[in-house]
Amino acid sequence: MAAQTQGGVRAPSPTRAPEPVPDPGADGRLPVGRPSGPLARLRSASRTPPGRLRTALAGLVALALLFGVTAAWQSAQRSAAARQLASRSEPLSQDAAEIYRSLADADATAAAGFLMASAEPPEVRKRYQDDLATAARLIPQAAARSGASADAQRQLAVLGEQLPRYAGLVETARAINREGLPLGGAYLRYASNYLQTSVLPNAQRIADGEAAALDGDYDAAAAVPWAALVLGVLLLGALGRQQVLLFRRTNRVFNPGLLTATAAVLAALAWTAVGTVSAGTDLHRARTQGIDPLRDLNRVRVEALQAHTAENLDLVSRGATEAFKERWDALARTLTASARDTGSVAGLLAAPPERARQQLADARRWFDEWQQRHAEAARLDAEGRYEETLSKTLAPGRDDTAEAAFNAAGQQWAQAGRAEQAAFDAAAGGVDGTLAVQAAATALLAALAVGGTVRGLGRRLAEYR
Amino acid sequence: MRRRRARTGTLLAAAALLAGLLGTGGSAAGAGGPRGEALVHAAAAAPRNAVQGENCDTGTSLPPRQQVGARIQEIRKRGYLIVGVDQSAYNWGYRDSQTGRIEGFDIDLARAVARSILGDPDKVRLKTVATADRVKLLQAQPQTVDLIARAMTITCDRLAQISFSAPYFRVSQRVVAPKAAHARSVAEALGGKRVCAALNSSSHNELKADPHGAASVVTPDNQLDCLVLMELGEADATLSDSSLAAAMVAQDQTMELAGESFLPTYMGVGMNKNDTDLVGWVNQVLVDWRNSGAWQASYDRWLRPGMGDPGPYRPW
Repeated sequence: MAAQTQGGVRAPSPTRAPEPVPDPGADGRLPVGRPSGPLARLRSASRTPPGRLRTALAGLVALALLFGVTAAWQSAQRSAAARQLASRSEPLSQDAAEIYRSLADADATAAAGFLMASAEPPEVRKRYQDDLATAARLIPQAAARSGASADAQRQLAVLGEQLPRYAGLVETARAINREGLPLGGAYLRYASNYLQTSVLPNAQRIADGEAAALDGDYDAAAAVPWAALVLGVLLLGALGRQQVLLFRRTNRVFNPGLLTATAAVLAALAWTAVGTVSAGTDLHRARTQGIDPLRDLNRVRVEALQAHTAENLDLVSRGATEAFKERWDALARTLTASARDTGSVAGLLAAPPERARQQLADARRWFDEWQQRHAEAARLDAEGRYEETLSKTLAPGRDDTAEAAFNAAGQQWAQAGRAEQAAFDAAAGGVDGTLAVQAAATALLAALAVGGTVRGLGRRLAEYR
Repeated sequence: MRRRRARTGTLLAAAALLAGLLGTGGSAAGAGGPRGEALVHAAAAAPRNAVQGENCDTGTSLPPRQQVGARIQEIRKRGYLIVGVDQSAYNWGYRDSQTGRIEGFDIDLARAVARSILGDPDKVRLKTVATADRVKLLQAQPQTVDLIARAMTITCDRLAQISFSAPYFRVSQRVVAPKAAHARSVAEALGGKRVCAALNSSSHNELKADPHGAASVVTPDNQLDCLVLMELGEADATLSDSSLAAAMVAQDQTMELAGESFLPTYMGVGMNKNDTDLVGWVNQVLVDWRNSGAWQASYDRWLRPGMGDPGPYRPW
């Protein structure tokens, strides 16, 4: 009964229903000219009741097979994309961002160490060296990943060549500075300019390329399997209609085979629909709690690093160029803009991911403190009190400097980044497994539907022998 | 009219110089006092060093006199002198990275002015200013610097906007090139070469007027950037004021001043046009600085190693 209702709902209106094969010439009357060939033979065969049954059987089995293959294939594709998203393109994208951030950090730290000159504490030197080591380690690592495109490979190779040149320029600047010559400051400016105009744009292109690949994987994993869903509904309709026809001809309410097939297709459809919604929810969470906030955070962190570099290099170069003061002003404007503007610190807190809310709020407080201390240093600077300006901006071992506030904000941002990364892993991690199970399940259920159809209609056919 | 005034100034300057040499110039309310608004031409005593004026006289300033006016009063009330300086011109005004102090020839002069006005050479606040901001800072109200001692050349353009002290140094255009280039003249050093000059410097202007055969010209913000570019092989030669050219050579022994010097100009202390009391006072300090041998001592300490005999650089 259930099957009949189901079939009745899906089938076209009963007045036009009786013909399973939509052939106007097959309605009892003979056409005038008899065409020959396989199509004609099929047509003449389907004119008899067993012929019609055979045709219906073939059609249903073909449709069920098509549904099974499509549903399984689409789920498998999405599972592969989800696996790629979680295990390959996402880390690669993060590597590219990390390379960029390490280099920007090296730039800022080199300027800080330069200003401290002989008083440079070992940890500042170590931080600079760690930054370069991180970049040097990540470049071949990113290149080795199978997901890196040919473009990315080329850009990574160029980056690998640029890194030693930058390091050489910074060491030259340090050596000259330690001799007490102002030429050291000019070298540091050159090194920083080289990094900002040649190295970082290259790193940015790699990061952009990887971000695009990540978006591609995300879209593939989150795609709705329309083909499978439409085929499944068509198959359900066809099965229902067949059962209605059989009911009219035989007056038997149930055909266990077709009923099983219908149930199997229903289950496969439901599994696909629920699985799609569930994977979509997980992926959406991976995006809103992981990918998007990480990107916004990366952007703000890099801007802050560049502002910090400008802050330090301005002290190195004052009298020689105003370029760094202008750069600081521009970056500070972006960072302190309202929450609606991209790249602002306030924007990070507009809709923060749950796991990183606290860190982002703390970072914001330190950021404001940094801006305040910078303004204080700038005021001292305007009065010509260079020594006080310098010790307000950065001094080894003191925690009331602009540098200390910047570092505190940076640490909070780094923690927020790790929390967002973890949120991404948690959300995106299981999606590929779920989709793989779904692929196998739909394939099995489709096979069951084929079996049920063959058995159900086979019985009816046997009655004609 | 201007020419006649300059000539009068020349005579007066000679008199002032003579008075200075006789030891009377050092007294307060000094030699220039009775002569009122008469002008002083500092270069008069040494015609061989005369600077070719464009269409004004860059060698003249107010007479030296130590009379307390509004500006001096303000400085004494404040308790320290604010001087705009450079922190990257080696041996002129540069920050010693070991001591953190700004030192050099220009800084000695700034301290001499502070000692004269406030009795203590350390009652001075050194404020680093960018080349492009110098004139603007002196004209701004409220004025954030009293004077600027920063290898500033006296030009007619600037004279229209600010006041200068009497010249305390004579510079000219010089080419800096690697010794390995073996250039014997300016034409040889610049012809067909990639030439560097600081953006908007007098050298940059000169290259715009006459490229001296340069194949290309690159203009970073600061002349020290030119030295970096030469060391990295991105430029072949640099055109600069001789003061800063010498500072470059002093930092890289493989460079030399190549060829002849040309376009001589004066360096002076820049001040606001209204601060006539300060201008007169600084001119008196300059007379004392020269007569006491302090100019020579500072030259010997900072500049002789790179520039040699001071003869060509004395403005008098």
